[in-house]
Amino acid sequence: MRLQKTGDGEVTLTQLEELLNWARRSSLWPMTFGLACCAIEMMGTYAGDYDLDRLGVIPRASPRQADVMIVSGTVTFKMADRIKRLYEQMAEPRYVISMGSCANCGGPYWQHGYHVVKGVDRIIPVDVYVPGCPPRPEALIGGILKLQEKIRQKGRTPSDIPEKPVNKI
Amino acid sequence: MTFEASILVLTQKLGSSIIIEQDPNATPPTICVPTQRIAEVGQVLHENEKTYFDYLSCITALDNGPEASTLEVIYNLYSIPYHLQIMIKVLVNREKSGAPLPTVPSVSHIWRSANWHEREAYDLVGIDFTQHPDLRRILLPTDWEGYPLRKDYVVQQQYHGISIE
Repeated sequence: MRLQKTGDGEVTLTQLEELLNWARRSSLWPMTFGLACCAIEMMGTYAGDYDLDRLGVIPRASPRQADVMIVSGTVTFKMADRIKRLYEQMAEPRYVISMGSCANCGGPYWQHGYHVVKGVDRIIPVDVYVPGCPPRPEALIGGILKLQEKIRQKGRTPSDIPEKPVNKI
Repeated sequence: MTFEASILVLTQKLGSSIIIEQDPNATPPTICVPTQRIAEVGQVLHENEKTYFDYLSCITALDNGPEASTLEVIYNLYSIPYHLQIMIKVLVNREKSGAPLPTVPSVSHIWRSANWHEREAYDLVGIDFTQHPDLRRILLPTDWEGYPLRKDYVVQQQYHGISIE
């Protein structure tokens, strides 16, 4: 978007696609749920010190109102069915941030964790992977900024846009 | 109240055959009792005023492996008024493949906390606690196959279409 100052009030010229992308990335509402220790870091990121509100990230209590699912923690097979269902209940466009080693690839359960899904991308498509065990709040904020950047790029230059899943940040 | 006095109470009430083995120097002091009589033992230790083991700290289930071919269930009891701990072990044989699970009498009617402990032992080691009011898996999904803490456990290939390895 370009701001053009005319002196008689301000006019903004934009394309509809860009306006929509601006709206989407400026109010990324995550679904309120956490799975393990990563959720503690996520809650810390929501709270005063890191204050995700200033990025327009406000947790919602219902998948119907949510835009982004932050998978924060170990995805067990018992939970996998529920996560899939919650993802399906979210309205499109919907995004997924995989937070921490467990959600990315199984993490410390990679070898002997018979009960752990080796990466949440085996059940739902992931937009951004945030590495760490658990990631610091700064890393999660980095992931959200990455997702915002991804949304900003959407529909602009199709050849530049990577297909899902994107490279790990 | 001491460990020796507890043994005395048990043998007076249930006969000397109730103690298969004892180790007073273990931490906590340990006895081994006949598997099918564990509920009687628990009842006596819980109710008798001289022992009063009112608190079941933990139930542990162990797999000794296919070679030894036994499973163990270990009960850790604590008497709050006498500040005394005791460990009780029972041994069962592993089932032949395809046969029903080995059985141990439930103690959940004596200590309510045993209810979930026994469900966990059933879930992960595969021990059938008879007379348990609600014996079903507690941690794993209900349609999981096998008992993961068995030494010879082989994980299933897929669960609900998601590959496991």
